Amino acid sequence: MNIENKLLKLSSLEGLVLKLNQDGKQVFAPVKKDNIVNFAPVSAFHEMTQDYIVTARSAKFVVFPRVETILEMQFSKDNITLKDKDLSSIPDAVLLGTRPCDAAGFKVLTSIFEGDYIDNIYVTRLKKTTIISISCNNYDAKCFCTSVNVHPGGTAGSDILLTRIDNDNFLAEIVTEKGKEIVNKFDTLFDIAPDVNKDSLVANVPVEFDLSAILGKIYPRFESDIWVEQSLRCIGCGTCAYVCPTCGCFDIQDVSDGHNGQRKRSWDSCGFDLFTLHSSGHNPRNTQSKRWRQRILHKFVYVPEQDNILGCVGCGRCSRACSVDMNLKEHLINLIGELTK
Amino acid sequence: MNEQNIYMPYLMRIETVRDEAPFVKTFRLKFINEEILNRFTFKTGQFGEYSAIGEGESTFCIASSPTLKGYIECTFRQTGKVTNALAMKGEDDVIGFRGPYGNFFPIHEWKNKNLLFIAGGIALPPLRSVIWNCLDLRNDYKDVTIIYGAKTVDELIYKHELKTWDERSDVKLVTTVDPGNETPEWKGKIGFVPTVLDEVAPSSENTVAIVCGPPIMIKYTFPVLEKLGFTSENIFTTLENRMKCGFGKCGRCNVGKVFVCKDGPVFTYKQLKELPQEY
Amino acid sequence: MDSIRKRARELLEKNTVKVVIGYGVGSDNTVRAIFVRRPEGVEELIFDETCVQNLAVYLLKNEIKQIGKLCIIANISALRTILQLASEHQIHEEELLCLSVTPNGELLEFTGFKDIENYISSCNRDLPDKESEMIKKLEKMSVDERWQFWMNHLSRCIKCYACRSACPMCYCTRCQVEYNQPQWITVEATLMGNFEWQITRTMHLAGRCVNCGECARACPEDIPINLLNYKTVLTVKEKYNISAGTNANIDSVMSSFESDDKENFIR
Ligand SMILES: Cc1cc2nc3c(=O)[nH]c(=O)nc-3n(C[C@H](O)[C@H](O)[C@H](O)COP(=O)(O)OP(=O)(O)OC[C@H]3O[C@@H](n4cnc5c(N)ncnc54)[C@H](O)[C@@H]3O)c2cc1C
Ligand code: SF4
Ligand code: SF4
Ligand code: SF4
Ligand code: SF4
Ligand code: FES
Repeated sequence: MNIENKLLKLSSLEGLVLKLNQDGKQVFAPVKKDNIVNFAPVSAFHEMTQDYIVTARSAKFVVFPRVETILEMQFSKDNITLKDKDLSSIPDAVLLGTRPCDAAGFKVLTSIFEGDYIDNIYVTRLKKTTIISISCNNYDAKCFCTSVNVHPGGTAGSDILLTRIDNDNFLAEIVTEKGKEIVNKFDTLFDIAPDVNKDSLVANVPVEFDLSAILGKIYPRFESDIWVEQSLRCIGCGTCAYVCPTCGCFDIQDVSDGHNGQRKRSWDSCGFDLFTLHSSGHNPRNTQSKRWRQRILHKFVYVPEQDNILGCVGCGRCSRACSVDMNLKEHLINLIGELTK
Repeated sequence: MNEQNIYMPYLMRIETVRDEAPFVKTFRLKFINEEILNRFTFKTGQFGEYSAIGEGESTFCIASSPTLKGYIECTFRQTGKVTNALAMKGEDDVIGFRGPYGNFFPIHEWKNKNLLFIAGGIALPPLRSVIWNCLDLRNDYKDVTIIYGAKTVDELIYKHELKTWDERSDVKLVTTVDPGNETPEWKGKIGFVPTVLDEVAPSSENTVAIVCGPPIMIKYTFPVLEKLGFTSENIFTTLENRMKCGFGKCGRCNVGKVFVCKDGPVFTYKQLKELPQEY
Repeated sequence: MDSIRKRARELLEKNTVKVVIGYGVGSDNTVRAIFVRRPEGVEELIFDETCVQNLAVYLLKNEIKQIGKLCIIANISALRTILQLASEHQIHEEELLCLSVTPNGELLEFTGFKDIENYISSCNRDLPDKESEMIKKLEKMSVDERWQFWMNHLSRCIKCYACRSACPMCYCTRCQVEYNQPQWITVEATLMGNFEWQITRTMHLAGRCVNCGECARACPEDIPINLLNYKTVLTVKEKYNISAGTNANIDSVMSSFESDDKENFIR
């Protein structure tokens, strides 16, 4: 659909959040707690903070929860019954205040969870979630969205994109039918859009490296020492994957008390030794450097080749969360340096 | 497959349990749901996710031939949580199965060729499926040779079928056990699989070799095959990497760019040579 | 700083060590671990009060051990870790060389574990003020309030085990959480499982924690899990008069016993 422009007053957001809640939708927005900003359910707009570059953790948990029951089981004396997940019990949700990189991140997750085996749990959650992003007018040294083809005012992945025009007003771009539904339902909150130059309203994040210098060129360096070199200080904690908006790797485990049980899918990370450990004790990725290589190659080689989409949206979360300062942007620039040597 | 939930297994009833070797069992499994029973098909080399429901899932190949209808078989070794839980099950018990997943042996491309099967230890199950598949289409193939070795006589699996193959005039079977582990009654060869292969020295002329075994056996078998004149595109094997989903989502089974669960588990040696050592 | 660089350069030039683990400038005005292997690289080394990371976590990392004999620039936490690791027979005197700087800027080069013991005995090993106060606050709470406090925090735990990876004393090749027969600790992050995990972690570190605070620093959910360990530091000190990381030959509190122990189940 063609993008339609509207005006949304800051003062109308209070009403919007209220009405969305009344409409039975769970609204998630960035909330500041102990000086850390993360997505949390809000019942009123004022609970949301405006003071954030990106949240510490990504918003992926709304569509890909850290633990999800994928089916249930019941055991009786001589019978086992499997119960499918009730997809209709998945609540409608609205994500308010995602950044364009967050929204773009959902596209990557979708490419993983769709494909030739469609994960209906993920698909349903996403379908039931409306993503109302807010363009960035600020950025920090860890952001590198523009270097990976994501734009701080980009609409990809959002249903509605809000861009701040001035203190009191947002430009609202209605990107999808889902976004339009919200606008139609609460049309009194939206006005006719003014004529503005959106580009002048969003942050000017500099491009810091040439992506084409990496794509297609790092895979041949699979055996290079650079992976060991770069990952010496990595302690293999896996945090980078847990905060990343595009990491979709998971584990499947059963939990049961002998009468009832659940099969659960939970977040996992290629940074862990256990991720690939066979029961024989053999491990194809038995060192941290091999696991670091997997992380980079998965995002910049494997995902792009399989799904025709880059596996990283440049939000910088991994680098902010890493307790030993593994800075992804810096490592990518360093990689380019090595590749062009 | 279940259209709704890709993680939902089919329920299967265990028809028979056979002890193959210490800690190795074969289950014959039948779909409980009639419709699925009639609809289910697979190709030789494919695998499934078998669940001890309430304990978890494990990856095994389908060890029976697709030419057999009405049931499938799997053979597994007890190595951990799920396999131990499965081993506690008996006839009439119910387990879960998802699949079939992965690619398969291109047996139609092998028509009018000689087939050389080489297996070591517990890795016979995937070969058993393709061996029987080819034997059921016996006229399509020329000579069939099977070289199978295990550490000890006890650890040779499918003993009953080894006997059947041995008795067939259209199959050449060579069995071997590791030096020092032969029993007084042992009539087969004594030696490691690669060495025995070198001794038997089957011709590579118009022949494809299908090799399954522990990594160390594979590593030493490939060079012998090359010495015998086999080209790398005529050598087939299967890979095992830790798996969870079976369909390219959980992210752990890849060898470089290639997902073992989707692009494998069957690979030619030629493909392996182009892949990094991540298996 | 200069003295550290000078000595590190000598050690690398003479091939006495193959790598110097130290601190360098990180991104956005932070400090990070660096691994210097060439003499000219020593110019990147820094050492000041912002160098808080406990670098001893790298002593047992395979890829680093493989480089060869190493020199570590150690802050107090790292020195204490080295003693504790020595107590647990994880490192040996001849494998590493230890440099440090006193608060007055004097270069220290330790000739052995004894030397480190002597220096540590003169250093302040108290818990940081902020944490001491928090523990006092927690002690004053009712059981319910305390339960509530930990429920609030641990409900956020995502079981990433960053706390474990960051801890220099969590070096088990196979951690308790990785055993699935039986499954001691549930795999997925649920409140109960998170409690199980933190209780296990705390107990396994009782008498071994050197209060460096790496666990809490690494936690992406900002859970003050170091408080659990710090409480055991106080308890172990009070009950057994033992402080981890003060001596290279300390018996493990949790796995040794004496005939006059209060618990008598072992007799
Ligand atoms: C394509 C393929 C075909 C296989 N075919 C057979 C077969 O026919 N017979 C047989 O005995 N074994 C086979 N295996 C190996 C078998 O999957 C493992 O031995 C088994 O999963 C161990 O599970 P566990 O829960 O008992 O062990 P645990 O050590 O408790 O394992 C816990 C988890 O680790 C994973 N895991 C551990 N080791 C392996 C491994 N080697 N490969 C894959 N996943 C692993 C499993 O997902 C399991 O959920 C195959 C593996 C693959 C990938
Ligand atoms: S967060 Fe940092 S230390 Fe942890 S695994 Fe990722 S890169 Fe390594
Ligand atoms: S890899 Fe890092 S920068 Fe890229 S999307 Fe993930 S968290 Fe963001
Ligand atoms: S392979 Fe690693 S980097 Fe890629 S999605 Fe999985 S956890 Fe993230
Ligand atoms: S680092 Fe924090 S979130 Fe991760 S396992 Fe430890 S307590 Fe839980
Ligand atoms: S088994 Fe999950 S990706 Fe291959």
